Amino acid sequence: MTAKISYDEVEVGTELPARSFPVNRATLVQYAGASGDFNPIHWNEKFAREVGLPDVIAHGMFTMASAVRVVTDWAGDPGAVVEYGVRFTKPVVVPNDGTGALIEVSAKVAAKLDDDERTVRVDVTAVSAGQKVLGMSRAVVRLA
Amino acid sequence: MALDQSFVGRTYPPTAPYEVGREKIREFAEAVGDPNPVYTDPDAAKALGHQDVIAPPTFPFVITFKASGQVVLDPELGLDYGRVVHGDQKFSYTRPVRAGDRLSVTVTIEAIKSLAGNDVIDVRGEVHDESGEHVVTALMKLVARAPEGE
Repeated sequence: MTAKISYDEVEVGTELPARSFPVNRATLVQYAGASGDFNPIHWNEKFAREVGLPDVIAHGMFTMASAVRVVTDWAGDPGAVVEYGVRFTKPVVVPNDGTGALIEVSAKVAAKLDDDERTVRVDVTAVSAGQKVLGMSRAVVRLA
Repeated sequence: MALDQSFVGRTYPPTAPYEVGREKIREFAEAVGDPNPVYTDPDAAKALGHQDVIAPPTFPFVITFKASGQVVLDPELGLDYGRVVHGDQKFSYTRPVRAGDRLSVTVTIEAIKSLAGNDVIDVRGEVHDESGEHVVTALMKLVARAPEGE
């Protein structure tokens, strides 16, 4: 593991570079194929509405994968992530309008956990259409 | 109807090994739109100290979700999968998954709760490599929404 960020240079409150990730219907079909999650709520509008959803929604695991990119791009080595957890609080609704949705991700260092292990806790915020889509979204990262 | 509490603590037999290939990792990284070369270029991965290309942090879910089918589709437990949504997900890594791994998952039902008519079930997947070393633990919370009118 070779994180490019030094533990000593990071402070509580340090903000990671924020990113936005577009997602459209094609993104969801591609993710369904790669992940093996073919639940029709992620590609079939009729089915999604029948089970009470406003429209097709993104896979929670796609949102989780997008959100952690802010952390892995910052750390330099995705292998530096020791823990990563989220709560799926709101769906990312993906309309079939040629544009789709946007997942806006920001993150900051919330705690320096262990000076010997050089681990920090990063709190991640993911927003789509003005609503938080992840809660308790936290990663523990081992820095250089 | 509330799920049977006697399933709490039940552990299912380890799954047959899942062999992680470079091209599967590439396919997954492309699907999540992540161009990091550590997922596709063995030299880039080695430069960071990895034996081979590694998989993105959420990739283990592909394997643990498949394994959790034992629980989700267990007719004795009787979970109504059509009403299930993903509540929480957490990974604790000993090391990243990498190409060449042959991974086996041991699934345990950690908790079953009933909250406002919804069944909430916590499923733990312990992922080990061929030599028996721990790679990652995945914790998944599933919520089976109560049928309308109940």
